[in-house]
Amino acid sequence: MAFNIEINGKPHTVDVDADTPLLWVLRDVIGMTGTKFGCGMALCGACTVHIDGVATRSCITSVHSIGESKVTTIEAIGATPAGAAIQKAWLDHQVVQCGYCQSGQIMSAAALLQSNPDPTDADIDNAMSGNICRCGTYVRIREAIKLAAQAGKQGG
Amino acid sequence: MTLARTLSAGSNLSRRNFLVASAAAGGGLILGLALPFGRSEAAGSADFTPNAFIRIGSNGEVVLTMPYVEMGQGTYTAIPMLIAEELEMSLAQVRLEHAPPNEKLYANPLLGVQATGNSNAIRGAWKPLREAGATARTMLVAAAAQRWGVDQAACRAQNGEVIHEPTGRRASYGDLAAEASKMPVPESVSLKSPQDFTLIGTPAKRLDATAKVNGTAVYGIDARPAGVKIATLAQSPVFGGRVKSVDDTASTAVKGVQQIVRLDDAVAIVADHMGAAKKGLEALRIEWDDGPNAALGTEQVARQLEEATLKTGAVAQNVGDVEMAMANAATRLKARYEVPFLAHAALEPMNCTVHFRKEECEIWIGSQAVARVQAMAAQALGLPQDKVIVHNHLIGGGFGRRLEADGALRAVEIAKHVDGPVKVVWTREEDIQHDMYRPYWFDRLSAGLDGEGRPVAWSNRFAGSSVIARWLPPGFHDGLDLDSTEGAINLPYDLPNFHVEYVRVEPPGIPTAFWRSVGPSHNVFVTESFIDEMAAAARQDPVAFRRSLLSKSPRAKAVLDLAAEKAGWGEAVPKGRGRGVALQFVFGSYLAMVADVEVSEDGAVRVHRAVCAVDVGTAVNPDTVEAQVQGGVIFGTTAALYGEITLKNGRVEQANFDSYQMIRMNEAPTIEVHVVKSEEPPGGLGEAGTSLIVPAIANAVFAATGRRLRKMPIGTALAKQGN
Ligand code: FES
Ligand code: FES
Repeated sequence: MAFNIEINGKPHTVDVDADTPLLWVLRDVIGMTGTKFGCGMALCGACTVHIDGVATRSCITSVHSIGESKVTTIEAIGATPAGAAIQKAWLDHQVVQCGYCQSGQIMSAAALLQSNPDPTDADIDNAMSGNICRCGTYVRIREAIKLAAQAGKQGG
Repeated sequence: MTLARTLSAGSNLSRRNFLVASAAAGGGLILGLALPFGRSEAAGSADFTPNAFIRIGSNGEVVLTMPYVEMGQGTYTAIPMLIAEELEMSLAQVRLEHAPPNEKLYANPLLGVQATGNSNAIRGAWKPLREAGATARTMLVAAAAQRWGVDQAACRAQNGEVIHEPTGRRASYGDLAAEASKMPVPESVSLKSPQDFTLIGTPAKRLDATAKVNGTAVYGIDARPAGVKIATLAQSPVFGGRVKSVDDTASTAVKGVQQIVRLDDAVAIVADHMGAAKKGLEALRIEWDDGPNAALGTEQVARQLEEATLKTGAVAQNVGDVEMAMANAATRLKARYEVPFLAHAALEPMNCTVHFRKEECEIWIGSQAVARVQAMAAQALGLPQDKVIVHNHLIGGGFGRRLEADGALRAVEIAKHVDGPVKVVWTREEDIQHDMYRPYWFDRLSAGLDGEGRPVAWSNRFAGSSVIARWLPPGFHDGLDLDSTEGAINLPYDLPNFHVEYVRVEPPGIPTAFWRSVGPSHNVFVTESFIDEMAAAARQDPVAFRRSLLSKSPRAKAVLDLAAEKAGWGEAVPKGRGRGVALQFVFGSYLAMVADVEVSEDGAVRVHRAVCAVDVGTAVNPDTVEAQVQGGVIFGTTAALYGEITLKNGRVEQANFDSYQMIRMNEAPTIEVHVVKSEEPPGGLGEAGTSLIVPAIANAVFAATGRRLRKMPIGTALAKQGN
């Protein structure tokens, strides 16, 4: 079945079963590999994208459920103010190690900052505990989110 | 003491191999530009390639070929720092390439093979790669001096240029490349002295960071050669089992499924995309013949190992006379320790892309041992090695899993049945249930103290699998290998009568492999817990007790003192909390760790804080040193609290991150890392934090509850026995 979906502002038509997870449409059908596969069961967060600005696990989101909603992925998150602030903080604070989880971490963190410009530690725990980092970059992720929030406050 | 020492004997790598060989470093992606299949431009004749690591084009492009892989540990920043330091360039001026398989050019001198593991990348690179940079610099300077007809001594290299001081003339490296390539390779070069370092020892930003925050970094799983199909698979749930029958009627009906490949012990679904492949896999009905391991359980393995420790083993180290000392001891202690099988669970699931074309085979993979992949694939296919082309990639977490070639061989097996390239991606469940596991170990220890509480005897006999014996057979001899015993012998402590034996046992029905920190992940937990037991028996403070045994190890004493001071050792802790210490000398580095834990009423353990003091010798990139300790602490905390792979009826019981849990943001401790300044040669660090945090946590639990944990993980142990 053919589906029309909007990803990063561009329309795409894909011909797959209705229950196909968005993750595979992105990675294998369209060829956008920035969004990662880690567990397939909404347990690790590696596949996180934004659907209408909300952090969503694309591995359990069927293509037919998307409808008119707008999908944003790691490839385009830098075009949003929160995404750009998070990416900058990630670089300034040297967060990444293997980097495999980081697309998902950045998508979760950008969604957090978008809805909550000044998150507390508890807010960060809440928003980020669905994202596993096997390399153990949590300490720096927490600091980088705070850094990005700080920069946002100073910037106005 | 390190794997390095014995293995390097077998390596025929000479300085000439390193420095004179001129490789047209083809293949591989170019970091930062994210051209997954962009071969580097053909090496032009005017290029300057003084050795296998450096290529300077006449267009000024400087390309460094990375002999060791990047899996998060920062190699792709630290190695360029070593070269650029001597080459007199900034990191911003270089581009990186993955090395192709070539044992002659890219073997780690410490291992004798082209592999990245055992925390040895920087240790192996320290001298040869600085020499590589210095050689190139010397030849560039010579070329400039010849061009200008001036004395070499009046010229110096700086920031990608050679400058003639008296006249102020300058020429860029690119401009000099063609002439430099005609200069003789110097017999020897002098290296900069540490006080002249401008890069080494200064925190540097990772060269791979930008690509990893904007989705352009290309891992093995992202390989997409034209026309690639996606496959996923089900392997026999019992190791050693076989496929009995397959009903694929429902699978072939799934939209997007192209082909079912039936192997002896696995079935693969080849499809247009992973969604279809997974759906096809779920619809498969496979009947398995479970084979000889059908009844195997973890308990059986544990008892087999326990029994093995009653026999004598190979003597790993003997000092003095333990029997006599034990007989005269005032106090005697005995303990048994056990550590479980562990899965790697790197976040990038196992995957490999293969295009088999009868006469040749092309492989896209993220591997810690790319030459091993090439050799084993060639053997499996009956092809000459040069007909197997391997493209290495960034690795989404290695931890030792990617030192193995099993995933590549499995993909090759499948690809033989498929027309065109196929990417084999394992589900997380397959990844965890068909891992090659950190071995289960069982230890039997005893110790004696004299009337003043000083240790007079130490004896340890442990049993478990030797990974080296399978992975690098020459490294196993006389019943011993240096990985299995690292952290169990050559302790920093003064122990006048000391005896350690190892009994190699290979349990049936479960494959074993290297795992972050390997031998030390087991041995440091055991020895540092047992030292803590001795301190308690001697009624001494755990830091003071250790300190009194460090007269011969000033570097160990210094990190212990630093960690204790920074952690506020000795200050009161609230009720229900405890503070534990641990100390280690492994991978050539000294570390001390203090952990603060809280044990709640229901027996749950929460690690609040870890304070670590590190002496790695020269910290090439201090920022990476800190990051590696932070990561190691999280990795080890996961192991201590949750890590356990168990077998029932021959099957691994854990499957995904719900049953094989990881520490998450809300459970992560704060981690402080204090790096000791040193000019000693660098030690290894990628794994050191992992082994050390485990006993620090266990000792902290003892301090909080009086309960000694002799079996990992903690899991529900404290809840069950009604803490
Ligand atoms: S892959 Fe979607 S949450 Fe893990
Ligand atoms: S950086 Fe490797 S999993 Fe997070």
